[in-house]
Amino acid sequence: MSAFIAAALLLVGSVFCLVAAVGMLRLPDTLIRMHAATKAGTLGAGCILAAEALMAADLGTTLKVAAVIVFLLLTAPVGAHLIGRAAYHRGIRLFEKTWIDELGDAMQRDSNGGKDADTTHAHEPDTPRS
Amino acid sequence: MIIEGQTVLHVAGRLTLALLILSMALAFVRLVRGPQAADRIVSLDLIAVLTVAFLGAYAVHSGESAFLDVAIAYALIAFLGTVALSRFLLRSRRTSEEKQSGEENR
Repeated sequence: MSAFIAAALLLVGSVFCLVAAVGMLRLPDTLIRMHAATKAGTLGAGCILAAEALMAADLGTTLKVAAVIVFLLLTAPVGAHLIGRAAYHRGIRLFEKTWIDELGDAMQRDSNGGKDADTTHAHEPDTPRS
Repeated sequence: MIIEGQTVLHVAGRLTLALLILSMALAFVRLVRGPQAADRIVSLDLIAVLTVAFLGAYAVHSGESAFLDVAIAYALIAFLGTVALSRFLLRSRRTSEEKQSGEENR
């Protein structure tokens, strides 16, 4: 019986990995592609590793599988955050249907505020900067 | 005819390995084609996760649970590689802004 469950887990995990790869290929933007790679890839790998834990039926193997899954769950968001931050600061081109960009708005507001503060200290504030 | 669990598991393991190789090939297409460096780093991250999944699937398929140690070590190294590459991308952005504008026009 456990062999059937393990086979089902293997197939579900591999289909999730395939979905992650197809999303990697088809999605339009770096940040959207990161979404596919992180979530679906982690879920697929977790399902496949759970199948290994089920088939081995051994405490040491189960603990190792749990370690790998916990490590994947911990490192995938951290890595995605780092890549996303680096890519955004590098100035990637966003998808043309992006309608909310809070980090870009905040960065523009910060740079405008800093520049306005400098100019008001240096000159008289009679010319509002666009 | 009674379907045996081991046979089903064997077929499912083969199918899983084939699907994972196909996924790696698709991710590799993005790695080659990705227009910017960030796309390539994301693709490498996905390939690393797929390799960990492949090691798990091969551990099931061959009944050899020692591949899990390889999976642990590979996950560690892949995370370090991702962090290093994204730090490199973040640090090299100021020196390559004029190159970046040319890259976007391509």
